[in-house]
Amino acid sequence: MHLILFIVFAGLCLAGAVNLLLQSHPISSALSLIVVMVSLAVLYLLLGAEFLAAAQVIVYAGAIMVLFTFVVMLLNAGREERTRGSYAARLVGFPAVAVILGIIATVILKAQGLGSAGLRDDITSTQELSAVLFTKLLLPFEVTSVLILIAILGAVALARHGDGEGTPGK
Amino acid sequence: MNPTYAHMLQQEVPLAWYLLLSAALFCLGVLGFLIKRNLITVFMSIELMLNGVNLSFVTFAHQWHAVKGQIFVFFVMVVAAAEAAVGLAIIIAIFRARATLAVDRIDLMKL
Repeated sequence: MHLILFIVFAGLCLAGAVNLLLQSHPISSALSLIVVMVSLAVLYLLLGAEFLAAAQVIVYAGAIMVLFTFVVMLLNAGREERTRGSYAARLVGFPAVAVILGIIATVILKAQGLGSAGLRDDITSTQELSAVLFTKLLLPFEVTSVLILIAILGAVALARHGDGEGTPGK
Repeated sequence: MNPTYAHMLQQEVPLAWYLLLSAALFCLGVLGFLIKRNLITVFMSIELMLNGVNLSFVTFAHQWHAVKGQIFVFFVMVVAAAEAAVGLAIIIAIFRARATLAVDRIDLMKL
């Protein structure tokens, strides 16, 4: 069962990621990214990370992707124009991607002692997770709240309409 | 039930497959970063890379039965949310100044 679920959702995940690259309209790319994130949530659940599966759906597929689709619609982003791209990207980028994938794949396939995941494995409960998060890692947790606050302030300051500094058009 | 079918239901998945999927997602993200020509889609490719790395964190957390790997993914999600908010605000500011989202035409730092 675990194998079947893995094959189905890993395939869905890869198909969504490839579709993200192939689509030319940003909304289609955003929707395929949502497919990737939801199927990743199922894979997290298969690996016994129940809290992360829920957080993945709520935070990534919910909040972040809503923000993305909102911006796509706000800016009325149309079909992207295909250009040749930069010379450096073709000369260095694509071979580099192939090399990275090759190196990682050989390292993983040669690695000894990697276990396997079954359906009846232990599931990390949210209780266990929060016990560590709120005792040992309390300071980093509080620092992230400051980070979020700064991000909100920065986003408002950046996206605010410039006060008559010659913004084009409107 | 057919015994081979029952065996397939019991079968476990090697963690190397999860790691390979994670590497493939990361590389697809890098490819998207290189070939996409829309600023928002380029930004989506970054999110794809982050998700690929998160999957390998969760896989290793399962391998070592460690909670800290999952907590790190939680922090990555927080940072990704902050990054998405700031990045999209920057995209809106760029669009307001340039009236385009094509990365080929956004090639000057100065407005």
